[in-house]
Amino acid sequence: MNTRTKDDIAAAIARDIAGEHPDGAYVNLGIGQPTLVADHLPDGSGVVLHTENGMLAMGPAAHGDDIDPDLINAGKIPVTELPGAAYFHQADSFAMMRGGHLDVCVLGAFQVSAGGDLANWHTGAPDAIPAVGGAMDLAIGAKRVWVMMTLFDKQGTPKLVPTCTYPLTGVGCIERVYTDLATFAVGPDGVRVLEVHGIDVDGLVERMAPLELHLDRVVGSGTGR
Amino acid sequence: MTARICTGYDEAVAGTADGSTVLVGGFGMAGMPVELVDALVRQGAADLTIVSNNAGNGDTGLAALLATGRVRKIVCSFPRQTDSWVFDDLYRSGRIELEVVPQGNLAERLRAAGAGIGAFYSPTAVGTPLAEGKEVREIDGRTYLLEYPIHGDLALVKAHVADRMGNLVYRRTARNFGPVMATAASTVAVQVDRVVDAGALDPEAVITPGVYVDRIVPAAQEAAA
Repeated sequence: MNTRTKDDIAAAIARDIAGEHPDGAYVNLGIGQPTLVADHLPDGSGVVLHTENGMLAMGPAAHGDDIDPDLINAGKIPVTELPGAAYFHQADSFAMMRGGHLDVCVLGAFQVSAGGDLANWHTGAPDAIPAVGGAMDLAIGAKRVWVMMTLFDKQGTPKLVPTCTYPLTGVGCIERVYTDLATFAVGPDGVRVLEVHGIDVDGLVERMAPLELHLDRVVGSGTGR
Repeated sequence: MTARICTGYDEAVAGTADGSTVLVGGFGMAGMPVELVDALVRQGAADLTIVSNNAGNGDTGLAALLATGRVRKIVCSFPRQTDSWVFDDLYRSGRIELEVVPQGNLAERLRAAGAGIGAFYSPTAVGTPLAEGKEVREIDGRTYLLEYPIHGDLALVKAHVADRMGNLVYRRTARNFGPVMATAASTVAVQVDRVVDAGALDPEAVITPGVYVDRIVPAAQEAAA
């Protein structure tokens, strides 16, 4: 039983985007690890990537002579354009997000609550300089917003929690949480374990306590089903 | 008043008064009107409010303006970056006021200013610390915050090509905030790679119509001759 690497998590997200949106999806991948999802999208998935600084049909990272300082992604990394690309200004870019025109957004997180609240912009530390960027717009904008993160922080504390203790980015906005050890559905019905990896269900329940986990739909290693 | 082709960057920012609100385009360095910001440093206006997505990179451009101590307040979405040390020092020592605005709300508040909208309700930031002090309203079962326009006295924008009518086209993701900021300020100064004759731009491809533009500075002066 192996836990998932960040590439494994990204591959699982890419698989679900393609599988659940067979006619193609408009997808925004947040800064950092979620950008790895792009590397795992199956050929022919029809997924069109949106970057909130103003582009659809964003291509892979640019290298060498392809680097153009006028063509960057939201993480300010040089990227490329794919056939069918479109550019637009910031008000249009966030209108298409806020207006519900994007199918899936994948974000990183400090914490996600059982009810789907997201905290990913501010640790609340008194000396931290607040910086939100597009995080709050992304959190409430796409039709489905998923999180990609490790399940535990470096101290071993769960990041999927009954109630977020960090300042919120959005309320009740997260539908699914992909982690190294498990995939969860979150929302008004609480937390449902969808898959486990490198841990058995009893171990997961113990490490997540006191968070209540629904276990009626678990698949994956260590479940005995 | 139709747009005027300026002989240099200093002419384009001449007359900026102390206490002005200045909109500065760009997302990171893409679309950043560096030469116009440098001219504003030389021009010497003080007690400025700067509206820009970021709070300066490195020691040039917006960071150089901040370093003069003539910026009272900055309105931006993402001040904290790996190379924002000028802003970081000012903020930590209490020498600059910061208003953090989610990126999509920033763009829409600028758009509203340019479009004559008195205020608007946005779902972004509901339930977060950035909702504090804002009017909350439920419309058709969804919760919104009241957001007000951001008007500028001066906008500094970088575009790719202008014609002599002031029509603008941009380049790739360097478009970002340019088109909305160009609508939202009393005086709009634009730096471009070159100026072409009226009729040389495809009217179907114009992104910012010349009605919004006041002053144009071509990078290559000979192109304007």
